[in-house]
This record gives sequence, C-alpha cells and structure tokens, in this order.
Amino acid sequence: MSEPALVVRDLVVRYGARTAVAALSVTAARGQVTAVVGPNGAGKTSTVEACVGLRRRSSGDVTVLGSEVPVDGTLTPRVRERIGVMLQDGGLYATARPLELVRHVAGLYPAPADPAELLERLGIDPQTRTTIRRMSGGEQRRVACAVALVGNPELAFLDEPTAGLDAVGRREFHTLVRERVEAGCAVVLTTHLMDDVERLADHVVVVAGGRVVRAGTVADLVGDDESVAFRGPLHADLSGLVAVLPPGGTVVEDTPGHYLVTGAADPMVLSAIAAWCAQHGVRTADLTVGRRTLEDVVISLVGEL
Amino acid sequence: MSNPGGSPSTAITSGAARRVLHQAGWETRLLLRNGEQLLLTIAIPVGILLALAWTDLVPSVAGPDRLSTALATVLSVTVISSGFTSLAIATAFERRSGALRLLGTTPLRRSELLGGKLLATGAVMLVAAAVTTGVAVLLGWRPTTGAAWAVVVLVLGTACFAAWGIALAGLLRAEAVLAVANGLFLVLIMFGGVIVPVSSLPAPVAMFARTLPSDALAEAMRVAIVGGRPPSLGMVAVLVGWGAVGAIIAGRTFRWS
Repeated sequence: MSEPALVVRDLVVRYGARTAVAALSVTAARGQVTAVVGPNGAGKTSTVEACVGLRRRSSGDVTVLGSEVPVDGTLTPRVRERIGVMLQDGGLYATARPLELVRHVAGLYPAPADPAELLERLGIDPQTRTTIRRMSGGEQRRVACAVALVGNPELAFLDEPTAGLDAVGRREFHTLVRERVEAGCAVVLTTHLMDDVERLADHVVVVAGGRVVRAGTVADLVGDDESVAFRGPLHADLSGLVAVLPPGGTVVEDTPGHYLVTGAADPMVLSAIAAWCAQHGVRTADLTVGRRTLEDVVISLVGEL
Repeated sequence: MSNPGGSPSTAITSGAARRVLHQAGWETRLLLRNGEQLLLTIAIPVGILLALAWTDLVPSVAGPDRLSTALATVLSVTVISSGFTSLAIATAFERRSGALRLLGTTPLRRSELLGGKLLATGAVMLVAAAVTTGVAVLLGWRPTTGAAWAVVVLVLGTACFAAWGIALAGLLRAEAVLAVANGLFLVLIMFGGVIVPVSSLPAPVAMFARTLPSDALAEAMRVAIVGGRPPSLGMVAVLVGWGAVGAIIAGRTFRWS
C-alpha cells in the first residue's frame, strides 16, 4: 500500500501546565476509516486540531499527505486543498443557509463535489430557506459534514460527526463515508458511539489520558472470546461453576450479584453453566450469552466512556 | 484542474484571484444581509446627513457650503463606521463563532481572506456612499469636479481604517472588540476632526487630533467635495502611514482561531 495519509508520531499538546496529548502516535491508511475513541478529555480533539493546523503542538511529528506539518500548525494551502475537516464545535456561519455555505466552501477547492447533491445525501433539503442558526444540532452536524466532504478530500478529519444525529442520519452518514473510503479517501473519525466504530472503522485507536491504550481492528479489540453474563444471588459460591469451565476459563462477580464467565465458547460448557444457573435460581431472562460488546471492551480499557 | 494548459504559477495566481473574489462575494452577501451592519453603514450616516443639513447642531457646517460640508463629513463617518468598526466587530465574532477556524482548514490563504474582506468592505462602502450621496442630491446638492477626488479619498481611507479594523479584531477578545470599536468610533468622529473640525477643538486635543487618520480623512474629503481639489500630500501621508502600521499589526495578530 502507498504511504499513509496521516502519520502522527509522539504528539504532545500542552495547555499551560495541563498535558492534553502525551506522546500519542497514530497512523491513518488511505482507503480506510481510522476511529479514535476514548472518554471526554482523552485528547481526541486536540490531536485532530494539531493535525489540521489549528493547534500548536508542543512536540512530536505530524505528516499529512506526505507533508510535514510545521510546529505552529499551519498547513500549506496546497495540503489544505486535499483535506476536509469537520470541527467539533460550530464553524458554520449562523446567518447563512446550508446550500449557500456549502457552495461557498466548494468554491475554495479545485475540484469540488456537487453541493446540492451532497446535502441531499445527508438528509438536508438543499432548497431550504432555514438559516443554519435555526437548525437543530443534528441538522447542523449534517451541514458540517457536507462542508468537510465537499472538497472531495483525500483525507477527511471528522470530529464527533454523529453527535446529536438521529438513527436515520447516522445510517446516511455511514453510507456516505463508506463510499468515500471505497473511492480511496482516508477518514479519521472521533466518536463516542460504538455503533459508528462497529459499522465504519477499519482501524480503532483507543485513547485515554492523551495516550493510545489499544489499537487494532474491531475484531482484534473484541477478541473471539465468548462470554456468559448472569444476575444471581449475592456472593454465590462459585467453586461448582469454576469446575465445569475449560482451562483458562474464569468467573468473576464483577459487581455484587452480577457474574461474568469467560472462556465458555463450547456449547457443552454452556449447558453445564446453564445447569449450575438452574440450581442457583438464575432466571433465563437474567442470562446473556455472547461476545463482549466493543463498548464493554473500551470501558474496560479506559474505565469510562 | 480548471486550468490544465496553464503553467503552475499562472494556475496558482488565477486560483488565488478566484478565491479572493469568491470570498469577497460571500462577505458582501453576509454584510448586506446583516441588519445591524446596514444600520451602521447606511441608516446612521443618512441620519447624520439630515441632522447636519437641517439643524445648526454643528455651527462649522453652516454657511453657503452647508450641504457639501455635511456630505463630506458623513462620507468620512461611513468610512470609519464600516471600514473600521463593523469590520473589526464582524471579524472578531467570526473568530469567536469558529467561522474563521473553518475557513482556516480550507485552501483559503489568510491574505486571500483579508483581501476578500477588504473588497467586500469597499463594495458595501460604495453602496453606502451612493445612498448617502443620493440623499444629498435629493436635498439639492450637485456633484462638483471634486467628486473623483472624493472616490480616491474614500478608497484610501477605507484601506487605512480596514487595516486597523482587522488589527483590532486580532488584538482583543470579541466582547472587548465590540466595546473598543464602538467607543473609538465615537471618539474619532467627535474629537478626531470628523464632525467637529480640529480648529474648533481645545488646543491640546487639536494638536493630538491632527495626527489622527480620522482628521486626515475628514479634511481630505472636505477639500475634495467642498473645494473640488485633490488632498494634500500631508493628508495622504497620514492615511498611508497609519494604514501601513495598521496593516503590519493586522498581519502579525491575525489568527484563524
């Protein structure tokens, strides 16, 4: 594969005494979605801002589309012609209507997409007379997304693109992003919604405290470890249950009365667990079998989300 | 891509020129849509024109050249209100709302943004000057040979004050810009030689006022419209000098976010 669209190496961003990003490294390949997830204050937005030239970095190297980003952050207009940015907060002219704003931004790029078509794809009526100021938060996110993609970027930074978007809006967004990515665009996406990550991400970077705590594909992160969770009596004697588990299987009471069994992929083992549960008064409705969710994994990695 | 046959340097230049004009069109549209802006650039100057033409609030305006003097004064007020005050406030609030941050991620260079803003300010100024002059004509004023010089002074003054508008927007927070830009506007038109001529001000104030671009602008405008003559080199030098300093500060302090 050709050189990555974005290479961030040991990025440090400080605000006075506070360190927002502490030696973070991330690479975004062309034709892939790289999702950066983590709790509020993890350093996601600071990282994006340092990459797009809106934030001075304290140290580290950032290379965008093969060009080294200067320390003061400013990207050359030549590079800016090839990227698209959706900022987390505002940035939209409040008194403008969506189509005129997207058209204006399109006019700044050498080979833009059709503004009306793009807005339509994102569920915004291009003919609307409503000003951006009067639109809902979700609608404003859709307009901001159109602004980011209208220049047909090779690399798009989308900072919490689905915040406030309804389910239909998220589907429209996912489809559009997938299309762009299949056409070769690299997308760097920050989000709190695991739905976005599961549907879009080729590569997931979990960030906490300004550092990468885990990176890989969704499958890498979730693992293929089947688990069983159930609610039962408080502080049950688990020795009988441990006895039926294969080597390496564990069972823990992770919160009082809530049990998590791992290493139980085999249906024979499952039936033994079910038998144990029957003896201990666990109802069927209190028993769940399946893979850990991505959210569970991320929460276990960062402690919160 | 729009210029496959051109050399790279022509492509860059034409791209830059296109972006400046594109941005200027956008800024002009936003300006003309903004009610407060129109009040400041058109309604207030017209009000001042009527007040000067019909009342004796400012004795120096009275006399045979009353209407010419009033028009010259009002055009100077317009240059300061839209070239400086409105531009500073609009730029500062665009920065606060993040609109400038957004533009900072597009191919628009900052010189292109500032060029676009300057052109848009000039365009709105010409509309405002046309309206004010139209009202003066309705009141009985007839253009003189100095009208062409007045346009030159208008352009020079706008460039000078716009540089300071951008500089102020880069120096302070949005709320402070709002207060300072309006405050300076009032001080300049009252004590900077615009409405009250420097000769009618107390001596120490007058000495200071003579060094200000507002006095050079107002004096040059009166010389052009009332006297039908070109501005003196001294007036031009004051406007260019202040403009150059403003432009340097603007260039150093301008930030996208």
